[in-house]
Amino acid sequence: MDNSSPAELTMVEAVNLAMAYEMRHDENVVVLGEDVGTNGGVFRATDGLKKEFGLRRVMDTPLAESLIAGISVGMASQGLRPIAEIQFLGFIFAAMEHIICHAARMRNRTRGRITCPMVLRAPFGGGIHAPEHHSESTEAIFAHTAGLRVVVPSSPIRAYGLLLAAIRDPDPVIFLEPKRIYRISKQAIEDNGEALPMDVCFTLREGTDITLISWGAMILETLQAANKLAESGINAEVIDVATISPLDIDTLLSSVKKTGRCVIIHEAARTCGVGADISAQISERALLSLQAPIKRVTGYDTIMPYFRNEHYYMPTTEDIISAAMDTLNYE
Amino acid sequence: MNNDDRNPEHVAQFDIHYYRYLDDEGVLKKQLPQRLDNDETLIALYRNMVLVRLLDKKCIALQRTGKMGTYPSTLGQEAIGVGIGYAMQKSDVLAPYYRDMATQLIRGVKIKDILLCWGGDERGNSSELSPQDLSSCVPIATQVTHGAGIASAIKLRNEKRAVVSTLGDGATSRGDFAESINLAGAWQLPLVVLINNNQWAISVPRSVQTAAQTLAQKGIAGEVRCEQVDGCDVLAVYDAVKRALESAYEGKGPTLIEAITYRLCDHTTADDATRYSPPEGLKKGWEKEPIKRYRNFLHQRNLWDEEKEADLYTQCEKQINEAVQEYLDTDAQPPETMFDYLYEELPHSLNEQREQLIAKTRGGA
Repeated sequence: MDNSSPAELTMVEAVNLAMAYEMRHDENVVVLGEDVGTNGGVFRATDGLKKEFGLRRVMDTPLAESLIAGISVGMASQGLRPIAEIQFLGFIFAAMEHIICHAARMRNRTRGRITCPMVLRAPFGGGIHAPEHHSESTEAIFAHTAGLRVVVPSSPIRAYGLLLAAIRDPDPVIFLEPKRIYRISKQAIEDNGEALPMDVCFTLREGTDITLISWGAMILETLQAANKLAESGINAEVIDVATISPLDIDTLLSSVKKTGRCVIIHEAARTCGVGADISAQISERALLSLQAPIKRVTGYDTIMPYFRNEHYYMPTTEDIISAAMDTLNYE
Repeated sequence: MNNDDRNPEHVAQFDIHYYRYLDDEGVLKKQLPQRLDNDETLIALYRNMVLVRLLDKKCIALQRTGKMGTYPSTLGQEAIGVGIGYAMQKSDVLAPYYRDMATQLIRGVKIKDILLCWGGDERGNSSELSPQDLSSCVPIATQVTHGAGIASAIKLRNEKRAVVSTLGDGATSRGDFAESINLAGAWQLPLVVLINNNQWAISVPRSVQTAAQTLAQKGIAGEVRCEQVDGCDVLAVYDAVKRALESAYEGKGPTLIEAITYRLCDHTTADDATRYSPPEGLKKGWEKEPIKRYRNFLHQRNLWDEEKEADLYTQCEKQINEAVQEYLDTDAQPPETMFDYLYEELPHSLNEQREQLIAKTRGGA
């Protein structure tokens, strides 16, 4: 590889690059999960790690998600920094007891004596025509749990920087990778080990007329909608929340105070989705800045359809434009 | 042996062995384990069992008088905690369940901290005296998975240490137990798992929990060395755990020990075992209980007499009463500490809620 110019990488390659970087620089970092070793993960996120770091640090576990999360808690309690892959977010439910009852509260339970610096990575979201249980967006469950950080990258650069931050964080991080955009585009990434902050939202596009708030794969449609709106002379600000919890509400509030209008877009179901909380917080803190009710563009409060109909479930660019126009035309 | 007319080939065969040193009367039935062939340790085992029984009684009294929360008694199961505590080295790691007060005390946790923990104060789990041990916690069998993770870390670092994880008989029905036993075998982890089979999971008896003849045999499927011991015989518990730990140090992998006891108490202070526990079971349980038989054993060896017994009770009661006073005198945690151990640093977004709580609880504006 030419060292003078950084490699153009997809998001899944950026995830791999971040793990490899940190494994080279911190011997406490280990990778574990189903098929992460020889196979390099079903999406190849851990490709080549076993070859470089050996099977002591890249562990193919038995097929048991509760076990994967639970041994990560045990490892982290003794100062290792496990990065565990849950093959799909829909498979994480067996691990919830370890995540909610132990990882999230070990520091609190022991008044700081024992901590849980671990990362649980999981591909999530719809749009790749996968079988049942492979396509849901259940990030709100984790955002509702104190003691966790919930991070969702939306580009290769943010995947690299945020995953490095997640691995180095002294507390447990749920790192959700929107698999629909794993390979949709490439970005030049310098493998310099520089982390991105996990306590801020990223403003991807500055604007003055309306604030579009989203995260994960829906950033793609949200940016497309902003570009379309621009053709009509509407200047939309687009914010990638990136860290769902704890939430950087200040960035969102300043934007809404500037634009007076807000649409929140997420693939997850609407009821008790993270959008509901963002909307509530904006109403609580910036009501008088709002010139129109906040709108949400989300998945339905249904079970994610089998893949033939999944596209009906997913919000579209047109849905976002339509909601934005309703907000802009509100009287 | 087998009436199968298909003439099967022999593939594998398994046995479960049962070990005890003392019979129900405290008569030594075989030679003492070599490591226990010194009077000082033999007496220390007794002292600790008595301390735990008296502390247990005090904990129930504190709960009954509103000075402590729900508490899980260890009555009748003192030999397990004491046996484990003496078998472990300081550098080993304990991943306990919630009935392991005895082991925790021997590993350096203060009585005051045990009381704080069951008295509803997280600081009871913060004891730096056993810094690498996990604290007791409520979820069932998950500590075995944590134990497997800790053992993985120890193995990865090539350390000559091991993990002891404990659980009750009901917990062996959970997936976490099965998953951890499977992993411990597959990865040959330095892990000792000890089941306190006290015959009851709250109200559900051992016979309803599983059709398995023994709980120890649940290790066989994972190719984990497994055995049964008399859990009311502190010598047997000590010896089994010590052997298992030494195997683990030598890289010979995990051991599963089923220690047979009888729960002579309610499940916790929130339970009423008379609703389900037949009196005859309890009567038999008392006939096997660990402390009386061990006292007989010490008497037979001329290591104990009535005067020593009286002194011991006086010392234990003094120690317990001082700790109780220390517990009762402990200043309350400021309410805002509920925010202070969520993350290493409090996220900015939580500042406001923390300030609100402070204002509310300090009678602020």
